Amino acid sequence: MPLLFALAAIIAIVATVLAISRSNVVHALLYLIVSLLATAVAIYALGAAYLAALEVIIYAGAIIVLFVFVTMMLNLGDAVQRQERAWQPGRGWIGPGVLAALLLGEFIWMVTEGGLGSQVHRVAPKAVGMLLMGEYVVGVELASMLLLAGIVAAYHLGYGLLPKQKAQQPTSETTEVGTK
Amino acid sequence: MISMGLLFAGVLFVLGVAGLLARRNLLMILVSIEIMLNAAGVAFIAAGALWNQADGQVMFLFILATAAAEVAVGLALVLQVNHLHHTVDADAVRQMKD
Repeated sequence: MPLLFALAAIIAIVATVLAISRSNVVHALLYLIVSLLATAVAIYALGAAYLAALEVIIYAGAIIVLFVFVTMMLNLGDAVQRQERAWQPGRGWIGPGVLAALLLGEFIWMVTEGGLGSQVHRVAPKAVGMLLMGEYVVGVELASMLLLAGIVAAYHLGYGLLPKQKAQQPTSETTEVGTK
Repeated sequence: MISMGLLFAGVLFVLGVAGLLARRNLLMILVSIEIMLNAAGVAFIAAGALWNQADGQVMFLFILATAAAEVAVGLALVLQVNHLHHTVDADAVRQMKD
């Protein structure tokens, strides 16, 4: 299992590095999907099978698909990609890279000095569900309210962008946004 | 193994920070925020595995809901910015009134 975890973690990290450095947004999203799938494997190796499934379904399945939809809607031309490429290899990466590397070094030092335990406990999905619908039921309600607010805000912000004949039928649009 | 999990989460988070600081494309900024939220969730799962508690996984579910709501609003704002300025460059929206 540690080998599985290490392999998945390395794949996820490499894919994330590639994702944040692509000039084409679609390529970045494809690498991000690979990263999220590898992260799901890593989560499974950490003993959380239920959340590994949710990682694939919600992150890779829903959130990234939303990104792909918006990228397709924006239909960014070659001009944007050329602009991105012009920004890419320059000194824009030095400052953030150094800061991020310092942060990472500090974190590695903290984790290795800490000497946390080494065995993995498996937590069954049932325990998660019992806790979610018992102790954390208020949090679940708050999360559903947050999602509702997100849907309403996204609909409100996107309302003016709809074509005219669609904008006059708000009911059908509401169901479309709701199912996302 | 658990410290490896925390290390993995930390590396992912740091990569998200680097992307957030370096990129000027609004879509890529949102992608970096997603990477950071995901990394925070992985850290919660690793901590939950360490203490043999389901609470970490519950927190990951809440992070998932937050990320979904955040990305819906964020992408709607990106569409709005693209509509107004015909670009997804974050520098285009540095002025409050135009």
